[in-house]
Amino acid sequence: MVDKVVEIKNVSMNYHTLSGETQAIRNLSLDINNGETVSIVGPSGCGKSTLLSLISGILKPTSGSILVNGEPVAGPSSNVGYMLQKDHLFGWRTIIKNATLGLEIQKKLTKESQAYVEHLLDEYGLADFKHHYPKQLSGGMRQRAALIRTLATNPDILLLDEPFSALDYQTRLAISEEIWLIIKKERKTAILVTHDISEAVACSERIIVLTNRPAEVKNIHEIFLTCDKRTPISCREAPEFRHYFNKIWKELDVHV
Amino acid sequence: MYKVEASKEHQVYLQKHKIRKTSIAFSQISIFIAFFALWEIAAYFKWIDPFIMSQPSRVIKTVISLTSDGSIFLHTGITVLETIIGFLSGTILGTIIAIILWWSDFVAKVLDPYLVVLNALPKTALGPIILVWIGGTTSSIIVMALLTSIIVTILNVYLAFKSCDEDKVKLLTTLGATKLQILSKVVLPSSIPAIISVLKINVGLSLVGVIVGEFLVSRAGLGYLIIYGGQVFKMDLVMTSVLILAIAAALMYLSVNWLEKKLNKMR
Ligand SMILES: Nc1ncnc2c1ncn2[C@@H]1O[C@H](COP(=O)(O)OP(=O)(O)O)[C@@H](O)[C@H]1O
Ligand SMILES: [Mg+2]
Repeated sequence: MVDKVVEIKNVSMNYHTLSGETQAIRNLSLDINNGETVSIVGPSGCGKSTLLSLISGILKPTSGSILVNGEPVAGPSSNVGYMLQKDHLFGWRTIIKNATLGLEIQKKLTKESQAYVEHLLDEYGLADFKHHYPKQLSGGMRQRAALIRTLATNPDILLLDEPFSALDYQTRLAISEEIWLIIKKERKTAILVTHDISEAVACSERIIVLTNRPAEVKNIHEIFLTCDKRTPISCREAPEFRHYFNKIWKELDVHV
Repeated sequence: MYKVEASKEHQVYLQKHKIRKTSIAFSQISIFIAFFALWEIAAYFKWIDPFIMSQPSRVIKTVISLTSDGSIFLHTGITVLETIIGFLSGTILGTIIAIILWWSDFVAKVLDPYLVVLNALPKTALGPIILVWIGGTTSSIIVMALLTSIIVTILNVYLAFKSCDEDKVKLLTTLGATKLQILSKVVLPSSIPAIISVLKINVGLSLVGVIVGEFLVSRAGLGYLIIYGGQVFKMDLVMTSVLILAIAAALMYLSVNWLEKKLNKMR
């Protein structure tokens, strides 16, 4: 296993539209290590989603290179799973059919993979809802179902683009804890984009702060929190929590 | 006690609602009866000329005589069948063309002005051309029905395809989906409600096409009965055919409506 699962080298990304050219990312370099959970924070519109799209292979960088597991990214690959802001479960499919969507598309729907998805649903509290339709589930359960859809194709790296921001605060705390536990249990590398600084501090081992657009790396924080059980909710009690929060808050330099 | 009060209040509310519903239904039935009764009386006392205006009792007589020789079933059946074939083929073909437009943005942009013009053109104006090209057959009538519904279908279904949630498409792209998979897994299924509602519009449009077609071809069907009755001055036959047409149209619309409800329940 390579230690660096994602290597971003001098990547720039420009968008072209009729109204002009937008430089979203400028000469950005970054490595992500195997098994870690990294958060990316930055001002809104600075290029965070663009960065995830580049890693997932649905966009090609204007210049620079991106390696996943040592190989250059050539397009969407089953090594990388992408989770969007909303759950985007399809209303016309049952939960199990939603969860196997990726396998269906990648033509990997076999008895074994189906059994694996069923196992994930059982393991993470959706056993009784397999044949329900999404609208019959609560927001938190739907988000879990969306994560299982992402896990179904067994990617090594998960990209999460503000996955909790559509949920209310209480649900958000609970579901981020659950999803964090699932990610750790399944031993995935996770890159989490969030605009919630406390969520970033609570969930990750490293936080990457980006500058205003065009995005460059402004600073990288290694997070060390003293708490008995390192889970997002209990970590919020750690004495260092506020210290990290304030530092990142200052770096983001928010003006209202 | 408060709770008892509230439930009494609710009872009054429910009662009010019920009374309103009954009075609406009562008014609807009254209008129906009053219209036909007035028509009958006016004709009976010769306030209006029953030869020109016909009369409900004459309509009933006509229905009986048309039923006894079975021709009512033949003509109604033909019109209904032509309409069903027309709107199904219009919807299916229109959807296929909408898929082509969705597939190639270039083709969509190129065809856009033509579609706008064709949409604005009253399709019945093409009737005589079709009659000359295809001949005075059932095919002509079905083509008329198809033409009246296809452009609206293309425009509406294409619009539904384009308004499919971009993030859902992005989700499929990240999973490595091909264009065909994006179409079959998300764009088509999410457009089913739009396609059904187009189907509903098309029932009415195809019926216009069929009736105009039957006017021109003049062989069989309710449209033929209407034009024939008008030519030989049998107003009873004309009125009877129009009334049957109204019932047939309503039944077809209601069936599609029922199908829509059924499908929406499944989603
Ligand atoms: N498809 C696109 N075409 C043109 N400009 C885009 C496109 N996607 C994003 N942008 C622009 O690029 C910048 C970064 O966008 P994004 O990566 O979505 O930011 P973030 O996720 O950090 O809020 C924004 O200014 C946005 O307007
Ligand atoms: Mg974003």
